[in-house]
Amino acid sequence: MLYREAGDFKTTYSLDQQTFPIRSERWLFWLFIAFAFLVVPFLINDYWNKAVLMPLLIYCMAALGLNILVGYCGQVSLGTGGFMAVGAFAAYKLMTSFPGMDMFSVTILSGVITAAVGVLFGLPSLRIKGFYLAVATLASQFFLVWMFNKFAWFYNYSASGQITAPERTIFGYAVTGPNTLPWATYLFSLTIVFVFAWVARNLTRGRLGRSWMAIRDMDIAAEIIGVSPLRAKLSAFAVSSFYIGMAGAMFFANYLGAAEVTEAFGIDKSFLVLFMVIIGGLGSILGSFLGAGFLVLLPVLLKNIMVNQLGWPTDLAAHIQIMLIGGLIVFFLIVEPHGLAQLWRITKEKLRLWPFPY
Amino acid sequence: MKMKSMLLAAAVAATMGATPAFAELVFPSLSYRTGPYAPNGIPFADGYADYLTLVNERDGGVGGVMISNPECETGYNTEKGVECYESTKGEGSGALIYQPLSTGITYQLIPKVTADGIPLHSMAYGRTSAMNGKVFDWVFNYPANYWDGATIAVQHAKDMSGGDLNGKKIALVYHNSAYGKEPIRTLEEKAKTEGFELMLIPVDHPGQEQKSQWLQIRRERPDFVFMWGWGVMNAVAIQEAANIRFPMDHFIGIWWSGAEQDVLPVGDGANGYKSLNFTYVGTDKPVFADIQKHVVDAGKAAGDGSNIGTVQYNRGMYAAMLAVEAARKAQELTGKTEITAADMREGMEHLDVSDDRMAEIGMPGFGPAVSVTCANHGGSGAALVQQWDASAKKWNAITDLIASNRDLVTKLALEDAAAFAAENNITPRACN
Repeated sequence: MLYREAGDFKTTYSLDQQTFPIRSERWLFWLFIAFAFLVVPFLINDYWNKAVLMPLLIYCMAALGLNILVGYCGQVSLGTGGFMAVGAFAAYKLMTSFPGMDMFSVTILSGVITAAVGVLFGLPSLRIKGFYLAVATLASQFFLVWMFNKFAWFYNYSASGQITAPERTIFGYAVTGPNTLPWATYLFSLTIVFVFAWVARNLTRGRLGRSWMAIRDMDIAAEIIGVSPLRAKLSAFAVSSFYIGMAGAMFFANYLGAAEVTEAFGIDKSFLVLFMVIIGGLGSILGSFLGAGFLVLLPVLLKNIMVNQLGWPTDLAAHIQIMLIGGLIVFFLIVEPHGLAQLWRITKEKLRLWPFPY
Repeated sequence: MKMKSMLLAAAVAATMGATPAFAELVFPSLSYRTGPYAPNGIPFADGYADYLTLVNERDGGVGGVMISNPECETGYNTEKGVECYESTKGEGSGALIYQPLSTGITYQLIPKVTADGIPLHSMAYGRTSAMNGKVFDWVFNYPANYWDGATIAVQHAKDMSGGDLNGKKIALVYHNSAYGKEPIRTLEEKAKTEGFELMLIPVDHPGQEQKSQWLQIRRERPDFVFMWGWGVMNAVAIQEAANIRFPMDHFIGIWWSGAEQDVLPVGDGANGYKSLNFTYVGTDKPVFADIQKHVVDAGKAAGDGSNIGTVQYNRGMYAAMLAVEAARKAQELTGKTEITAADMREGMEHLDVSDDRMAEIGMPGFGPAVSVTCANHGGSGAALVQQWDASAKKWNAITDLIASNRDLVTKLALEDAAAFAAENNITPRACN
């Protein structure tokens, strides 16, 4: 009833190929975006910003990046944590070396630096595939973390190896450092995520995205029809690392404010983002968002219910939360092996026919 | 439907229980009872909670105002630490003091508490230069800090080698994080003046695998090994040291690497292992009778009671005692019973817990006397050396409190604080 395409006629190719072909879905999308940009900034407080929305946006960004590499190009990567660290340290060095630089430039330049590093570590993908590539990217994870620990230049020779974000402003409002207003950092991150999710969506349905998918589906066939594996694979590594680097930069500068490489960008980060991509749905932009939402919001929600509402001891709640989330991951993967995005796709198919399915 | 309404009722009841109408002193506890650091996190959190419960039950709170102690599980993880800080800082009438028991989270919170105006007490951990109250108004690290610890460990090694460390080799086995890296600067300075060679051996989180590090120690044969470890890393390191037959009395841990949980798993092999300490170990003080009566027997203990009297439990009690005394001081200074975080800061800055005062509250000689001033947020900096007796399963203090090399520590802290002030555009306060 609410969700149907009757009467929604497509008269041009661009209308036919748009991302949201159904009018009600378009409306829903724009309403959601308007809510996120125009309503949330007025409601947000420190807790919602720091504990819920910032991690959500940043992990969405990281999952988006990894999804380009793993989901669209089929190159398994376990180096996400390391690439996020590159983004974070690049942001730190840029912020401290060029105090006048604005945060949009810092974040995007950190992404560019990470893209260069990503291409470097993507080179092995030209020779090896599958599990072997996973091991090569795992090596990059450990190498990068080791490097940021080893060479004091990266953390400006501070005694503790910690990097701390100095205060930087956009249009006069602080977006990094302790004196930020919650809506400022939120809007800053939301803008970046919105713009680059838009870019990602259009990249993946363009020529570049199609060459990635061709490589993913069968690399030899792709080469025969004229897709250059070198260009496709390295561009996937570059774009993916660009996104992950920006996520790392925001993670450090806007969200945590201080970071320590072993603890913040360890191997568990790599796995966390990979799980987000797998649970959300490989090769789906929406999947990246759903997966990140699932793994970021659910623990906070469960904690709030169990500790604040039910008054359970914190350790019991923490253990039950781990078990519940593990159980839910297994449950969702059994019910829908293609991830939450596929679940949403099926729901939509059903909704189109509702209430008269045949 | 019935289930749903029951849940709803429970939720409503819980919310009502969580927001009491009367004023209270909110001391949030960012604890960790899960994960690889839980062996040390649990007893500390229990001690902290039990002492606050005791003050509530026995004395009816501080100056008639009850203390509430909302706990939040951080898992020693900075992201969860941030979530915990944001969720507890507005609790009730507002959090009065944070003690996160994690150097990483402390670094994270220093700018935040300064902006929000809530005191942070990193008791013998955290950023060493926070002892400089002129730059760090809201951060305190009395009674001692890691640079004190480093100089005390060097002093003890020197005493053991007949007063001369020239040509000796000292290895530092450290948790590869802000915590473990903290003493390096001081040890490097000390290496220059004392003439020993310093070997740095990092152990990555969580520290369950240290074979290669100890192989290196076996090969290089350092005369002393110092350790800045935490959680499971401690027990693993002591086990590995026992495996390579390193002389245990030449293996000295910082105060966070010397609890029962760290040495008991190693059994007899841990005999003779040394660590620094600054709090009392055991249950032979009047306060423990009160804890037994008002807390444990009343069924209000935070843990199962098995940790009472252990190193970390007692240190948690000591931390809670300092917080309670600071709140008392704040009430005294302001003449109000319902203090704010700013009053609490004043209380901490004028805190003076003498030996007599500790005796009064049933804790004679429990830890070093603490006297805080506007310029010195770092206390006295003294600690003693204790040694593990594996057959008696007991820590024995083998020295008196050793004074740290405060001249050096203050000098280094001044440099670091000045760098922090420059980075963050802070003009140091003038302290009179």
